[in-house]
Amino acid sequence: MTRAGDPALSLAQVVRSDRGRLIAALIARLRDFQLAEDALQDALEAALRHWGRSGLPASPQGWLLRVAQRKAIDRLRAGARDGRRIADLTLLSGEEAAEWAAEDIPDDRLRLIFTCCHPALDPKSRVALTLRTLGGLTTAEIARAFLDREPAMGQRLSRAKAKIAAAGIPFAVPGPDLWAERLDSVLTTIYLIFNEGYLASSGAEPLRGDLCEEAVFLARLLIYLRPKEPEAEGLLALMLLTDARRAARIAQGVLVPLEAQDRRLWDAAMIAEGLALLDRAMARHTPGPFQIKAAIAALHVQNADGSGTDWTQIALLYDSLLRMEPTPVVRLNRAVALAEAGALPAALREIETLAVALDSYPQFHAARADLLRRLARAPESDAAYGRAIALAPTSADAAFLRARRSARVKVQADTDIPVLGQKKAEQTPGPSPTGRYEANDQNAPSPSRPK
Amino acid sequence: MKYMALIYSQDGTGPAWGTPEFQAMMQGYAALNDALKAAGAYVAGDALQAVDTATTLRIRDGRTETMDGPFAETKERLGGFYIMECADLDEALRFAAMIPTAAYGSVELRPLVVWN
Repeated sequence: MTRAGDPALSLAQVVRSDRGRLIAALIARLRDFQLAEDALQDALEAALRHWGRSGLPASPQGWLLRVAQRKAIDRLRAGARDGRRIADLTLLSGEEAAEWAAEDIPDDRLRLIFTCCHPALDPKSRVALTLRTLGGLTTAEIARAFLDREPAMGQRLSRAKAKIAAAGIPFAVPGPDLWAERLDSVLTTIYLIFNEGYLASSGAEPLRGDLCEEAVFLARLLIYLRPKEPEAEGLLALMLLTDARRAARIAQGVLVPLEAQDRRLWDAAMIAEGLALLDRAMARHTPGPFQIKAAIAALHVQNADGSGTDWTQIALLYDSLLRMEPTPVVRLNRAVALAEAGALPAALREIETLAVALDSYPQFHAARADLLRRLARAPESDAAYGRAIALAPTSADAAFLRARRSARVKVQADTDIPVLGQKKAEQTPGPSPTGRYEANDQNAPSPSRPK
Repeated sequence: MKYMALIYSQDGTGPAWGTPEFQAMMQGYAALNDALKAAGAYVAGDALQAVDTATTLRIRDGRTETMDGPFAETKERLGGFYIMECADLDEALRFAAMIPTAAYGSVELRPLVVWN
């Protein structure tokens, strides 16, 4: 069957929907990330020429896979040096004649996800490699998303691919003994991508929606490939419940705290999907950190008019989270929830114990400033705001904090001006600052890693 | 692939000789040796004498310099090693996780170069 139409457009559509699957199938055969990528690139270039002349093939995916495989053989022949490569070549030649319809191409993307997110790669490389191979972003796009120079990002990707080959990182779905650790690494990588989009770690642009969408796509893909994982469902729920508020989060370049957001701008369909997913995950009775964070996010969005948030319940959820993730950031978030539930002095005492651990963390100073302000300790509050503003990662964060500082509120009962504690909480249950700062901010407290 | 597991720990952090904990650690090593051999993964492995027995040699401008002590003074000392034949890094990591010293020291895994 041949169809009329612009071959470049058809190719772009195939690339968009099937690149991950094609690259996974090629890596499964070639056992070489770089070779697979180069061969697919060759095949795409060939497609542009051939499809323009002779129309779309019956199975564009099968055509690309077959041609990519031939291109890989050409590349191997040109560079054949060692025995392993020659063995690869022989293996490939045997398969060369195979024809695949799109639905016959085995789906190796789950193996690809676990390889890209292997803990033997450093977290930023996991993010970059996942976006490159599964998300199909170009090196330039990934560099832009992380405000890196393109050559630096290219080198990072090459180093990661070289380590996969040299260290023998398997192209495999991990067995049951490694499953929990490896799944966690995959979920964390996806969440880092989301947070980088939702809470840009630097720069003038406070939101990068394309990264949020990539992260949601990856989580959906993971759930499609391996259903019934409650933490994967929890992660997707958390991201949907957070991303649903994206349009309301910034107004005129200033962060809008959750309680002051225009709820008409929230995406009701995303919220409904997130809540349903969370219900499904919790019904599996295997709680985990992402499900708890999603439950906290759910409490925030289910509170229709912004006045009756159940802070006591949120503080209890943070208690559970603290047992699983005993980090200073979770402790800070729990203290903020306590403050909102009415326990101001206790919350401040708790926050003061984190002064050393979180000194370079802007949210710590912002939360402390807010509590001091509400306890009518204005000079200390101003100083803490100053520190938070100095550490603010984006101009929207800084603008928000400056507005908070100059809003001279004397006591805690301010209803029309949202308090920072709520802003803090807005950032917390959704994309928890944990993921963002631990991963992206060199100066921020990092999770204790086994040495 | 062959992997070398380099076993590091800080002096004085492991169980003392003669204690039940030391006994348990040695049993752990014996169990690992058995597991490696049963899997056909055992190539070599041993413990090293303490770091104060180390001698370092280097040749500079054609002159051999021999010195007392390890190459680098670090808190964590290389105390032993395994060479293991494994299908991939995950298999090597599984065995590395069975090295008792990993509970208080650390294990570095390095693939050996394949010479053609």
